[in-house]
Amino acid sequence: MTTPTSLATARVGVVTFPGTLDDRDAARAVRLAGGEPVSLWHADADLHGVDAVVLPGGFSYGDYLRAGAISRFAPVMESLVDAANGGLPVLGICNGFQVLTEAHLLPGSMIKNDHLHFVCREQVLVVENAETVWTRDFTAGQRITVPLKNQDGQFVADDRTLDELEAEGRVVFRYDGQNPNGSRRGIAGISNAAGNVVGLMPHPEHAVEAGFGPAAEAGPRAGTDGLALFTSVLGVLVHA
Amino acid sequence: MGRVVVEVMPKPEILDPQGKAVVGALPRLGFTQFTSVRQGKRFELEVEGDVTPEVLAAAQEAASTVLSNPVIEDVVRVADAVTDSSDIVTTAPSQGLA
Repeated sequence: MTTPTSLATARVGVVTFPGTLDDRDAARAVRLAGGEPVSLWHADADLHGVDAVVLPGGFSYGDYLRAGAISRFAPVMESLVDAANGGLPVLGICNGFQVLTEAHLLPGSMIKNDHLHFVCREQVLVVENAETVWTRDFTAGQRITVPLKNQDGQFVADDRTLDELEAEGRVVFRYDGQNPNGSRRGIAGISNAAGNVVGLMPHPEHAVEAGFGPAAEAGPRAGTDGLALFTSVLGVLVHA
Repeated sequence: MGRVVVEVMPKPEILDPQGKAVVGALPRLGFTQFTSVRQGKRFELEVEGDVTPEVLAAAQEAASTVLSNPVIEDVVRVADAVTDSSDIVTTAPSQGLA
């Protein structure tokens, strides 16, 4: 059994780029899960000894060039790529996922939604892999509801890459029901081969506190399904 | 002052949602002869002095590492904007896994 005190010693960095929007929500999610959020600045290569990192959503550098493309070259990303390749748990949400693909930490890329519209909805996802450091508090096949909000959310990769992702169990989240953006094979989130780097387009950090989340059985805005991503990694860090 | 032009297009096998929207709008304006539209990007990179082979090589590298994402895009042209004589057409291989 872990105590709240030991959980609080796990420090999770949250990176802010120019144009990041959801850094405070991500930090709040870390805190509600029992961890200590640490603000990381894009221009500072120092990761300040954090135990894990969240790349939050938003429109870093206005999505100019390509979503996440310019952020990839920020000083903090050089350190982060090295640390991630060394096993540091990294979660990329929405724009953070796009940054991870541009940084080649995750395969594939994101293009505009097939219907060209911005999507903002409460989205049901299927947890396909409950063994990554970010999903171990879920069960495989579990359906969760978290917000989805983006314009460049269509995950694309060539068939060989998609086959590899499927074969290696690296499809972590899939859209349930109708595909909201044309993503190949309904993929909403993937991991690297080691399972320490996970990226997803929907926003678990917006579903962490009753009263401020999506609709749930317990009532309107009662959904907290996103919290398990953050408790998952904190559990790993404490037991490490 | 020299200028290099870099052109980037979505890969043929990638559905181009923007091009699809444009091709849908054209017939409404009477342009019924165009059956397909693909939308890409054009960059103009300026340098002090002439566009030397070294400048073109640097532009080529910038094109393939920063200005395009090989997962979804091809660099189709890197050229001196003035002379247009030293066209380099790249056939970047499809890069599956990062």
